[in-house]
Amino acid sequence: MKVLYFAWVRERIGLTEEEVEPPASVTTTAELVAWLKTRGPEYEHALAEPAAVRIALDRVHAAADASIVGASEVAIFPPMTGG
Amino acid sequence: MIAPTVRVQAGAFDIAAEVAILRAATGVGAIVTFTGVCRDEGGRLAALELEHYPGMAEAEIARISAEAAGRWPLTGVTVVHRHGKIAVGEDIVLVVTASSHRDAAFEAARFIMDFLKTNAPFWKKEHPAGAPAGDWVEAREADDKATERWRR
Repeated sequence: MKVLYFAWVRERIGLTEEEVEPPASVTTTAELVAWLKTRGPEYEHALAEPAAVRIALDRVHAAADASIVGASEVAIFPPMTGG
Repeated sequence: MIAPTVRVQAGAFDIAAEVAILRAATGVGAIVTFTGVCRDEGGRLAALELEHYPGMAEAEIARISAEAAGRWPLTGVTVVHRHGKIAVGEDIVLVVTASSHRDAAFEAARFIMDFLKTNAPFWKKEHPAGAPAGDWVEAREADDKATERWRR
């Protein structure tokens, strides 16, 4: 699946987007964030507090326990500050 | 139900032109505009830089606008949100709502802005006066409460 990062999550990880293949045991947004955290110190820094980030699945906001099965685009970003 | 117009763009918008488009619809009796402007925060800031999630930003504002059009009898809705670097004093966002009567137009404009602040994927980075790019603006609890008010 494609994972996109925005704002300080993007800066801390150092990527705007990447293709990842999480193991089959990773089925929810919370599990995906926990798995991404194990990918290196940049990820650990960006995702240290999972409650501090928001997730969208295929461009729709998703809860922390939402299923990622079948999603092709996941985005991880801080709380929004537009307007 | 009317189809909202939603645009996310780098360039400035023309408030009078957007109002003129909604004025032309049948049954219009009230038009409300909200314009969000880049503040200088007491002289501290020179500009804000707005990052957005292309595709989702437009989609999320369209979802919010469609919900407003379902709640109130609107004759038109237009939302324009800018991205990129925006200098102090420049416009950031425009919401125009039109209806036969003022209550629907006022309430729908407020509803759209409240949800846009907390749900539309935009992030502001501060550019302090006379200094390089600084911190990301933090989300405000007051904005979450403003959104929560509509769920009651």
